[in-house]
Amino acid sequence: MAANQTLQRRQSQLTRGHLPSYAVWVVLGASVILGAALASLIGFSVVGWAVISAVVFVIAATLVTAVAEGERKAKDRLVTYLVYGAFLIALLPLVSVLWTVLQRGVPGLSYNFLFTSMNGVTGATDNQALENGTPVLGGAYHAVLGTLQITLWATLISVPIGLLTAVYLVEYGAGKNLTKAITFFVDVMTGIPSIVAGLFAAALFALLFGPGTRTGFVAAVALSVLMIPVVVRSTEEMLKIVPNELREASYALGVRKWRTITNVVIPTAISGIASGVTLSIARVIGETAPILVTAGFASSINWNVFSGWMSTLPTFIYYQILTPTSPTAPDPSTQRAWAAALLLILMVMLLNLVARFIARMFAPKTSR
Amino acid sequence: MMTGRDRPPFTAGISSDLPSSARHRAVTASEIDRLEGRDVSTHTLKASTDRGRAGDKIFSGISLTAGILILAVLFSVAVFLLVQAAPTFTADPTEITGGNGFTSYILPIVIGTVIAAIIALVIATPIGIAVALFISHYAPRRLARAFGYVIDLLAAIPSVIYGAWGYIVLAPQLAKGYTWLAENLGWIPFFTGPASQTGKTMLTAGIVLAVMVIPIITSLSREIFLQTPTLHEEAALAMGATRWEMVRMAVLPFARPGIISATMLGLGRALGETMAVALVLSPGALGASLIRTGNQTIAAEIALNFPEAFGLRLNELIAAGLVLFVITLIVNMIARFIITRHKEFSGAN
Repeated sequence: MAANQTLQRRQSQLTRGHLPSYAVWVVLGASVILGAALASLIGFSVVGWAVISAVVFVIAATLVTAVAEGERKAKDRLVTYLVYGAFLIALLPLVSVLWTVLQRGVPGLSYNFLFTSMNGVTGATDNQALENGTPVLGGAYHAVLGTLQITLWATLISVPIGLLTAVYLVEYGAGKNLTKAITFFVDVMTGIPSIVAGLFAAALFALLFGPGTRTGFVAAVALSVLMIPVVVRSTEEMLKIVPNELREASYALGVRKWRTITNVVIPTAISGIASGVTLSIARVIGETAPILVTAGFASSINWNVFSGWMSTLPTFIYYQILTPTSPTAPDPSTQRAWAAALLLILMVMLLNLVARFIARMFAPKTSR
Repeated sequence: MMTGRDRPPFTAGISSDLPSSARHRAVTASEIDRLEGRDVSTHTLKASTDRGRAGDKIFSGISLTAGILILAVLFSVAVFLLVQAAPTFTADPTEITGGNGFTSYILPIVIGTVIAAIIALVIATPIGIAVALFISHYAPRRLARAFGYVIDLLAAIPSVIYGAWGYIVLAPQLAKGYTWLAENLGWIPFFTGPASQTGKTMLTAGIVLAVMVIPIITSLSREIFLQTPTLHEEAALAMGATRWEMVRMAVLPFARPGIISATMLGLGRALGETMAVALVLSPGALGASLIRTGNQTIAAEIALNFPEAFGLRLNELIAAGLVLFVITLIVNMIARFIITRHKEFSGAN
């Protein structure tokens, strides 16, 4: 009996000066009610209500903690709420963007949109579609094809260069000054503004083939300037984690270095390399600015990357929004733009998922 | 992205740890013979074939070439831009857009670029660092990884979609707020009225840029926060520090160089970002007010005018691109330099 009492007293001493766990919820409830009252004073809106409630809650909860638990605890609480709040604020644009794209993009995503180009679709066509209430004509087929072709060519250029550079950095150049220079400048290259990469490709081809040379291939060169550093970085990371015992075992059997690299090192790291390449494709597929200055803009299908202007999904979105096909009735153009945005986001998300899938499925098994 | 740090290290028992493909290739002698192009039936010791030696040379040669090619590309970016920009510097000042020479053409848009980037950083740095802290130290352990993916999603959305979102959704929402700002805080030069009715202003562009910069700052800072020595954190907690005191005394001092370079990389991105500004901002002359139509950034100026440009105007825009290239190059080099100097304790590379 006596022991029990001591135990109880000790417990109460330990929890003395602590707010009970329900205190936070009480404060939260009170601030939501107060927030509603204050929000209706200045004209009620859900956003205003949420913002005012949040501010009231943070101040009130900090003050209550300061009174009951002391200044240090109050500071800790305040920072905790601010950190949680920052995360919620960062989520807002993501949710808003995804919601907007889904809400406005889904109505426009039809068979017609996916498999026809903008060839022959003029402002008059759009006006007619609006007047008669018929489905909006014209689609992004040419832009999808352009995106796929340009990205394919960019991948074909960047993957060999990026892969071989990473091999050089990890297998041949360890400790050399050239390696340090390449690593440094690859890092710097990741920060090149995409439009500068586009201007570079435009300037290069203007010197070689005369000014105003705009084709899909120029765009592919511009994109590979952006893609190579990403490929190098991810491949380098993956080659570095291939255990040295593997290389040594191979050398011990008398296998040549280059054979060791192509048959032992790269196959071991291939999952990481493949997922890195997929992520780099996801990065460049949504680039707009370099395409604007290198590939021009087309409204019909172009199968040849080496001649003629070409459209991609991002430039399609850009022009549909900025210069609607029918200046008097921009709605059909906006609808096409959002449908294209939905398509583009789906492609990027798919590539990201594929990259994670590759990394997980083909990763070396480390558990027994 | 999955990096080496996420994986448990390889343990000593090679054979069972490795993927089957690598194991096969590392063991059988006959396969080695086949690889080297020898006849499997005769096992004689002989000097390695010329073919093998040549293969080695060729392979190391082409990988070296690839590495040098990258340096050459970066170098030629600078050279080609210079060559194509050169006519601008020698041209008659009256022929340049604005009629007063290149300097008075480029200066306002350089300042505009810097203003947009500063707005973006002022908003994104505290939020980005707080989100990184949330993921590394505050969120429930089990959910932290998923939250990390969610923030990475923010980085995966193409910039043109942010631009379209800013143009159609965000700008009209903010326009009301701008009117209020102009009426109540109009005495501050930044908020001088009359406010733009469409909301397509510098402040909107800066906010959209901030959204795009947050994931960059977050992912780099998070990496570094996670590298804080656990012993330091536990020592602080054992002394009776609250969680915030632990973060302030153990985590933040350790991560300071990483945070600085993350911010610089974010700055590099904000300076060079094109589409968001091109779509969101309705450009005009340089002015102090952030809520009026006006101002312009280099990247957006190029994107809006390049498709129709010809002759000297083309050179002029390439010269503007060169200026942007130099600015971002300096910012990025400083950031990378800080990272490299602190490489031994930070994983931010």
